[in-house]
Amino acid sequence: MKLIKIDRQSLNDGIEKAKSAYRVFGPVKEKNDHEFKLLEKSEMPDLDFQNTRLSPKSIIYPQSQVMFTYSLDESKDDWRIMKEVENVKSPMAIFGVRPCDALAFPIVRRNFDTPDYQDTYWVKAYEATTFVGLACIDACGTCFCTSAGTGPFGEEGLDVLIIADGDDFYAKPITAKGESFIQTAGWTVEAESSVASKIDQLKTAAESSITSSVSTDKLKNKTILELYDAPFWEKEAFSCINCGTCTYVCPTCWCFDVQDETHGKSGIRMRNWDSCMFPLFTHHASGHNPRNVKYERLRQRFMHKLKYYVDKYDNGIQCVGCGRCIRLCPVNIDIRSICNKMNSFDAKNNVCEATSS
Amino acid sequence: MQNPYLPYPVRIDEIITETEDKSLKTFKFVFLNPADEEKFAYESGQFGELSIPGMGEIPIGIASSPMEKGFIKFTVFKTGKVTSYLHAMKVGDIMGIRGPLGKPYPWETLEGKNIIIIGGGFAFTTLRSSIISMLDPDNRSKFKDIHVIYGARSPGMLLYKDELSAWAERDDINMHITIDGTDDPDWKYLTGFVPTITEQKAPPGNEDTYAIVCGPPIMIKFTQPVLDNLGYSHDNIIMSLENRMKCGIGICGRCNIGKDFVCKDGPVFTLSQLNNMPKEY
Repeated sequence: MKLIKIDRQSLNDGIEKAKSAYRVFGPVKEKNDHEFKLLEKSEMPDLDFQNTRLSPKSIIYPQSQVMFTYSLDESKDDWRIMKEVENVKSPMAIFGVRPCDALAFPIVRRNFDTPDYQDTYWVKAYEATTFVGLACIDACGTCFCTSAGTGPFGEEGLDVLIIADGDDFYAKPITAKGESFIQTAGWTVEAESSVASKIDQLKTAAESSITSSVSTDKLKNKTILELYDAPFWEKEAFSCINCGTCTYVCPTCWCFDVQDETHGKSGIRMRNWDSCMFPLFTHHASGHNPRNVKYERLRQRFMHKLKYYVDKYDNGIQCVGCGRCIRLCPVNIDIRSICNKMNSFDAKNNVCEATSS
Repeated sequence: MQNPYLPYPVRIDEIITETEDKSLKTFKFVFLNPADEEKFAYESGQFGELSIPGMGEIPIGIASSPMEKGFIKFTVFKTGKVTSYLHAMKVGDIMGIRGPLGKPYPWETLEGKNIIIIGGGFAFTTLRSSIISMLDPDNRSKFKDIHVIYGARSPGMLLYKDELSAWAERDDINMHITIDGTDDPDWKYLTGFVPTITEQKAPPGNEDTYAIVCGPPIMIKFTQPVLDNLGYSHDNIIMSLENRMKCGIGICGRCNIGKDFVCKDGPVFTLSQLNNMPKEY
């Protein structure tokens, strides 16, 4: 395992150098939280954070994105013909991605980049991006990444993993994209071999700081209808106000709406993040709504993440254990307890085994 | 990389008002770039997204048959924002179409089989496409008996009236056209609801007989027990669903029924498949 050692000064110098080749995004302090922002010249990421309020999802997949432009001017030749907006992506690097948020990108990729269709907007942005991760040293109380397919030092979805050790940093290149980021940053000093065991210790300590978990081993063996018809959904949804916060803060929620917006004689077709919590999401023009009732929408969200995705891709759950939906839900709905209920649901006896989250 | 959200530009070539209440019109579209017609190679049962800049897009089943060249047809019920606008558009107007989308009826399975088409109201569009395809001289020998049971509220609410009468004259298709009721003394076809007519006219179910059923939920609800009694296996009952859609390609996330997307994994499902899916449609 090749490891590069970087001191604080070279870290900053490297980030500055990288800006000549990449648009570099990193966490910066905004009010009480950290948010990913495009780093201006000489601006440095603030690494004193547990995790950012929102994942860097919107850098690849903006909350609102123009897809096409059109003219409604009958005197023009291109009247009513959709024109693609320029979609050439210059290289980007996201510095300081937590491993949970990094895993969200390959999870979401299965939806946007399929053998049949490529969502050109998402795929081009994703391909242009180098993901430079920052290992977690101490977890939040709501973190459960270690049972959601990754961990505080997880590498899936990352091109480089950076591990902070006091004022020193170690960079582990994971992909060729990562190698070239390290080269561009000018980080060349190889760490001595003894560092490996130190990193293992940090990793073990970080993993043991994660105290909550979900059980997912039995989700696959149940049928969709067994879980769909389980008796707990109405009760779980009782306090839900369908605000959609969980879907907006989720790094793996990808649903969107498409809308045309006309100003005078020209307009744009754009897409906006949407939410399965909203009744209009599935509302037919006839007035019929297949998910008309609140609990049906809550069930959709959890069934999608914890059953439909599991069955469709055979690649784990559509959740990375970042805990944002738990922290930000105004009525304390907790995906961990719902996941454990689903996992332990015994359809024959119509009960869940006793669960802890 | 092909942008799957970019519609092909088309021109409205013809508009036919289908029903007496004017709520259904058939739009015949011609591609502005002739090469796009080849890219739009489709099979009966698929749908397209009709795209009107400034209004939005709507998923509509393709009413023309792949055997008909030079144009594509959609029959559209006026109901929401986009369809209302479309109903007010004129011949010569430019708009867009994306597709073909979704899975067609399972034509490979259907080859060599008896086919019974059961349709009600305005859900007859992809069924029209299917009938045209099967009756084509190149295709007719690929199928055994073809039955069609098609019902509407009144004679004036039937779609494709001229074609229906022409098919009724043929001896290679058994047409059972029915209406709920009429005071028209010249009405020469059947009277009665689709489930009743199905009970009287449909051939018994067996391995070699497939029913394709499209219609309003109430028709489907009462037709299914009839088909059960006639001995149709749920693998041999094929249905086409609708849900609210945006992308049409299984990405935007709203039309799912369980793990399947109506737009990409459907809209065509067998009743056996639907029995194992949530009833979210």
